[in-house]
Amino acid sequence: MEINQLKDVASQVRRDIIRMVHGCQSGHPGGSLGATDIVTALYFDQMQINPEKFTMDGAGEDMFFLSNGHISPMFYSILAHRGYFPVSELATFRRLGTRLQGHPTTAEGLPGVRVASGSLGQGLSVAVGAAQAKKLMKDDHIVYVLMGDGEQEEGQIWEAAMYAPAKNVDNIIAIVDYNKKQIDGPTDDVLNLGDLRAKYESFGWRVWECNGNDMQEVVDTLTKMRENAHKGQSQVLLAHTEMGMGVDFMMGTHKWHGVAPNDEQAANALSQLKETLGDY
Amino acid sequence: MDFTVQNYKDTRSGFGEGLLEAGKRNPKVVGLCADLIGSLKMDAFAKEFPERFFQVGIAEANMIGMAAGLSIGGMVPFTGTFANFSTARVYDQIRQVVSYSNKNVKICASHAGITLGEDGATHQTLEDIGMMKMLPNMTVIVPCDFNQTKAATIAVAEHEGPVYLRFGRPKVANFTPADEPFVIGKAQMMQEGTDVTIFACGHLVWKAVQALPILKEMGINAELINIHTLKPLDVEAVIASAKKTGCVVTAEEHQLNGGLFDSISQVLSMNCPTPIEPVAIFDQYGQSGTPDELMKHYHLDTEDIVAAAKKAVARK
Repeated sequence: MEINQLKDVASQVRRDIIRMVHGCQSGHPGGSLGATDIVTALYFDQMQINPEKFTMDGAGEDMFFLSNGHISPMFYSILAHRGYFPVSELATFRRLGTRLQGHPTTAEGLPGVRVASGSLGQGLSVAVGAAQAKKLMKDDHIVYVLMGDGEQEEGQIWEAAMYAPAKNVDNIIAIVDYNKKQIDGPTDDVLNLGDLRAKYESFGWRVWECNGNDMQEVVDTLTKMRENAHKGQSQVLLAHTEMGMGVDFMMGTHKWHGVAPNDEQAANALSQLKETLGDY
Repeated sequence: MDFTVQNYKDTRSGFGEGLLEAGKRNPKVVGLCADLIGSLKMDAFAKEFPERFFQVGIAEANMIGMAAGLSIGGMVPFTGTFANFSTARVYDQIRQVVSYSNKNVKICASHAGITLGEDGATHQTLEDIGMMKMLPNMTVIVPCDFNQTKAATIAVAEHEGPVYLRFGRPKVANFTPADEPFVIGKAQMMQEGTDVTIFACGHLVWKAVQALPILKEMGINAELINIHTLKPLDVEAVIASAKKTGCVVTAEEHQLNGGLFDSISQVLSMNCPTPIEPVAIFDQYGQSGTPDELMKHYHLDTEDIVAAAKKAVARK
């Protein structure tokens, strides 16, 4: 897809995020807004997928796992606009009886979701397992996984990070949404991640970096990573993002990690985001 | 049932043989192990199907996540490690990506219970049945001997959905018929009786078998039912037997809280309140010792089942 078209999709996704979180007065807008460009690029440009015929095993297509499940509004909006389920269903986010649970789940049978996430640190392991299954099935498609930077503090991440290169899992592309913020404040203050690049490199990963909010850079980097798949290397992208990207008063702070905007704030936010595909 | 002892074998070896057989029957069966291949008896499977076997190292959380991922891709993963590393250590992982996500993962736990022996309380898991039983979607199976563990392993490979399969370390009497199909969720009538029902699981089934003739001499005609599937519990069989005999004993190698006693009590209190006496661990940790010494010390032995049965009959 053309870069401008991808930007239009991302703008609509950001509107959806604000409207969904505002609508139920609950959810996580900050990280959702920051990761929007990456996941838009994956679903609308990079991934080979069959949204019309969702299958759990994803045979013959790429797969995506969201490890930091709290940025679900972004995930749901992208799945809906990509055709996994009706866009109108976004209005049910976090409401009783919805398939769009606060954190993604398979329990309600929402097409596009293959595992529950929310309790952090588990997505990389699941993606590694799914990548191993693809190898057993002689399916050369790619398994993508998005993680938060805060969840890099979880030990399980590093169990999986040690496993993948050691066992030559080279059909996985991991992405860290590196916004340098978490609930309690900057990651540097909460628990300094140190040199994340050096950490992954020392575990044996091929590490890439890009501006995760520059659509062109995101697409170019993901394209190169895809070309480098199946060549014996586990690959991770440190995508430098801005929490709250697209809404001026939500940027540069961790305060909008899990807070819903009031009516006035929502109107202000929406005035900054172009409606491109039509609001739900 | 004929209670002739065919030999003395560890239930974990039954798992190893069952896994190999399941792997031969279904090419989607895969194994994962966290650095305990020998202890779990997974060597034969790993040797026969190296491309379908994943040595994950001492990283149980990653193992559970990988198993969920493999199941998403259509595989039937069996994870293997000790019971405490299979449950308490990875409870949140199991809860989120296995049971809540309803994945076809088989969590296979060896060295369960007090009979792990000399390694002591850190490794003697006595809470695992309760933890696993509480998770919606989870099936919980505790077979009683080598033959039954082998059959159960084959059966869970054909069952769709998350399963917790618990077995043990020591060599114990192998007395159930070889190659008897294992029916998940169906209580196994071992001996019919009229005066008291003994519900037992795991290693305690053989202890209960040995209690039968002793009770007979005392004039107590006991019924013995093997509850190899703790969940889903065969509620009908439990109620029918309790109504017939009028009093009940439960026998398990597990904490009183959360185990077999808990499950049977729940069913009886809701359907037909019946005097019930437990043989179990009473809210304490174990210690080092030989399996036989520990079973005696913690009152999980044949004489304890006999005493519980007498007490139950007296309460009728």
